[in-house]
Amino acid sequence: MSPVAQTDSVTQTDSVTATDISVKPNGGLALDPTAPLLEVRDLKVDFRTRYGVAHAVNGVSFHVRPGETLAILGESGCGKSVTAQAVMGIIDSPPGFVTGGEVRFRGVDLLKLPEEERRRVRANHIAMIFQDALSALNPVFTVGFQLGELFRKHRGATRAEARKRAIELLDMVRIPAAAQRVHDFPHQFSGGMRQRVMIAMSLALDPDVLIADEPTTALDVTVQAQIMKLLADLQAERNMGLILITHDMGVVADVADRISVMYAGRIVEEAPVHDIYANPAHPYTKALLESIPRLDQKGQELNVIRGLPPNLANIPPGCSFNPRCRYAQDVCRKDPPPPQFTVDVGRTSACHFWKDVIGRG
Amino acid sequence: MGRYVIRRLLQFIPTVFFTMFLLHYLTSVAIQFTGNPVRALFGDRRPPQHVLDQFTRALGLDDPCLEQKLNPCFGIFGDRLTNIFLHFDFGTDLRFRPVTDIVADALPYTVRLALIALAFDAVIGLLAGLLAGLRGGSFWDYLVKISTVLVISVPTFVLGLMAQQFGGVNLSNWMREQAWIPELISRGIFTTSYKPDYPWASLVVPGLVLGALNLATTARLTRTSIQENIRADYVRTAKAKGLAQKRVVGVHTLRNSLIPVVTNLGIDMGVLMGGAVVTEGIFNIPGLGRAILSGILRGEAPVLIGIVTLLVLVYLFANLLVDVLYAVLDPRIRYD
Amino acid sequence: MTDPMMSTLPTTETGGGVVPGAAGPGAAGAEERKERSASLWADAWRDLRKNVVFLISCFIILVIGSMALFPKLWTSQDPQACHPRYSKLPPSWEHPFGYSVTGCDYYAQAIHGARPSLTIAILATIGILLVGGTLGILAGFYGGWLDAIISRITDIFFSLPFLLGAIVFLSLLKPNEPAAQVASITGVLIVLGWVTIARITRGSVIATRALDYVQAARALGASNARLMFRHILPNAVAPAIVVATIALGSFVSAEATITFIGVGLRAPAVSWGTMIATHQQYINSDPWLLAFPGGLLVATVLAFILAGDALRDALDPRLR
Repeated sequence: MSPVAQTDSVTQTDSVTATDISVKPNGGLALDPTAPLLEVRDLKVDFRTRYGVAHAVNGVSFHVRPGETLAILGESGCGKSVTAQAVMGIIDSPPGFVTGGEVRFRGVDLLKLPEEERRRVRANHIAMIFQDALSALNPVFTVGFQLGELFRKHRGATRAEARKRAIELLDMVRIPAAAQRVHDFPHQFSGGMRQRVMIAMSLALDPDVLIADEPTTALDVTVQAQIMKLLADLQAERNMGLILITHDMGVVADVADRISVMYAGRIVEEAPVHDIYANPAHPYTKALLESIPRLDQKGQELNVIRGLPPNLANIPPGCSFNPRCRYAQDVCRKDPPPPQFTVDVGRTSACHFWKDVIGRG
Repeated sequence: MGRYVIRRLLQFIPTVFFTMFLLHYLTSVAIQFTGNPVRALFGDRRPPQHVLDQFTRALGLDDPCLEQKLNPCFGIFGDRLTNIFLHFDFGTDLRFRPVTDIVADALPYTVRLALIALAFDAVIGLLAGLLAGLRGGSFWDYLVKISTVLVISVPTFVLGLMAQQFGGVNLSNWMREQAWIPELISRGIFTTSYKPDYPWASLVVPGLVLGALNLATTARLTRTSIQENIRADYVRTAKAKGLAQKRVVGVHTLRNSLIPVVTNLGIDMGVLMGGAVVTEGIFNIPGLGRAILSGILRGEAPVLIGIVTLLVLVYLFANLLVDVLYAVLDPRIRYD
Repeated sequence: MTDPMMSTLPTTETGGGVVPGAAGPGAAGAEERKERSASLWADAWRDLRKNVVFLISCFIILVIGSMALFPKLWTSQDPQACHPRYSKLPPSWEHPFGYSVTGCDYYAQAIHGARPSLTIAILATIGILLVGGTLGILAGFYGGWLDAIISRITDIFFSLPFLLGAIVFLSLLKPNEPAAQVASITGVLIVLGWVTIARITRGSVIATRALDYVQAARALGASNARLMFRHILPNAVAPAIVVATIALGSFVSAEATITFIGVGLRAPAVSWGTMIATHQQYINSDPWLLAFPGGLLVATVLAFILAGDALRDALDPRLR
């Protein structure tokens, strides 16, 4: 399937016939081709449960450019998946509520769009893949059906056209015997193949941004490498923006251009990938890097970050990392939480003492 | 899929065989422990021995194995099997009327009753379960939760008696005084017993009583199933694909949610069979249930064994169909 | 059959992979949680204590149980002291349920009637737990040909519709004395009812057996018996306990139905089933004759089922 030219038309192209399913409908979205591809500003998401309100996302900002890979790194429960789902607009509401911020796609704030239009942005412009392909794919429908329905529902394709496209998609993600396998069910594929199917499904309509939520966590190491390479290749082909959400620092090092480190619902550091590994500017990032076991430290005790991440319904005042931080001072323990300090061009850190952190690096 | 069906068919045959044997063994043991049922049917009268023997022989109960406790009586079993599968003979009652005739006469009524019960079960049960499942925590959800528990807790015969009284007597009397209510409803539907004038209408209330337990079960199962599936990962994926909510629920969620409900249909049939005995008894419907009741009343063991054997075969076959249907709905099963 | 058991079974047949002692989420509470016991049953008990429905159900069960065990606490009248003169007299202060058709004190009958119903239900439930539980555990734990045989046997017994089978066997047995009637009803209920417990137990043993902590225990050299009793049993048993509680209600209902049809308890035995069966024709003229035993019956069944439901929700680790 040849990628359609990636120009976002400002108005709907009515010279296109209804059967041309390669062309994306804009549905009247006033997209601005000069605006940043995807820009999230100060996003806030709360979960209201009967045990209290959990502030899952507390003012997160990041951006992605075409062809660029941004990695959002953080441990389980830090709010990275919720952030991604908020961008897609698929948070279960209740109990989740987006309580603030902007998600600007080519200048258009998606949070302010009515659901109908927001729906059209999904899969067409911004797509998402998930961690466990076995549970993320519907077990009772064939892979061909699940791929094809994107074309049938979004582009008005017929079943025959949809099936053709589905086979092409399977080919694109390098699944052998695509024409036969299109009739198979998800449980008939291996883990790696299933993830490829998910990738195919997400790229079916040529989105401009792909969000990959822990795409390789459930896979074997060797398969991981294949999948990441596939993603990288496809991204390069389409000049697509890729947001990679993960907790695995090893995966990130190979693939990402920039990293945003997330902790307790906030971005604590953002930097190009080499800078972060060489010289972290936030105590949390630094502690994470130090906790990676190294062969040349054999026989020594593992470095751990003492303490535990905070209960999101009960985030400590000031910097949320302060109870576990060895650089913490009084200012860290009091509100307001630290702002984003500019460390360098394209580098920020939410630590009052980032200079000390870097200095000792 | 084809291989799965063949495998199920191959499993079906020994299952039928062994189930027949189990039924036969349990009933033989019961006879071995309680003595010749023929004697019981004469009540207080004491017929001469040769009459007893004649009856006993004619009904195939003269095998000496029936005098020994716990003897599996393979001989009788073999005879019974050949009778059933080669001659389609399920035995006779004590007046030598073939069970197959009794069943043929009674069957239409029970079938009609069962169809009405199943209709209530499927339609109301599914709808209620859907409503409750899709709107978790809402008024509908609580209503369905509470009403289903109540229905399940009331034994069918209590429900039947109440329905017969309130529907067939109280409500019917009141309705008959209202000129605007048609006879079909005031006499046909709200009646205390089966009326040949209203072959379908007079079975509506008994059908509802019979189907009530299954209805409640189906509603609960559907509700739970939908609630589980709504939170499933593949639903999140479907939403991420930009599909409309109607499609996410109506196509993706529903298909998965229906699987446990459909597989429950087999058990539903068994419940219907037992419940029919009670319901037909209360509402005086001349169906299989009432045939069983008269068999009990008259102590006619062979009739009971014959009818129940037939019903068990039907039940086994129904379960086979349900298994195949299950595989149609859930592709993961086909490749086990 | 009135089969509330089937309707309220856990939806996953494998018993839901019960996991014990999973540490709670939101770890800042972890310090507090360390002090509280982290076992499945302890957590469940904590939830149940606060569940109003469960508490009310338990209360009802206790009340009915005391009626069965200590009828003299509830009534001083003798249910057998009947005078035809008093036939069907309506309720009054000294006789809150009035009189039966044969002139016996209806309230006393109702109180004494609790015993046979409950006895049968409890004995039958213990029976199915023993038979079904044992077979299920053996099948789930050892697997292989033992599992294959037990599973086939289970399938075959499953092919007999419950109420139908009960009716046929009891009509053939037709015992005459109350004690024999109780025994045969209990026996038939066990023979037909053990399969549900067996399936549930087998499924949950299989699920528990595969869990890491059991493998760990085995790696540390635990014997099969020790594995079974100390590690697998406490958790695998949870779904079975839920089903058993619901089965109790189910059996009370079944006994009443069987008696109503005429193959269960018969005079001179008195149970709620016999009371309803005897007085069914008076439903129009003296509805209270049916309302009282019927109400007690429904209340009892309802209590067991609600308790079982509450237990199931409390024991479900997924709802933590």
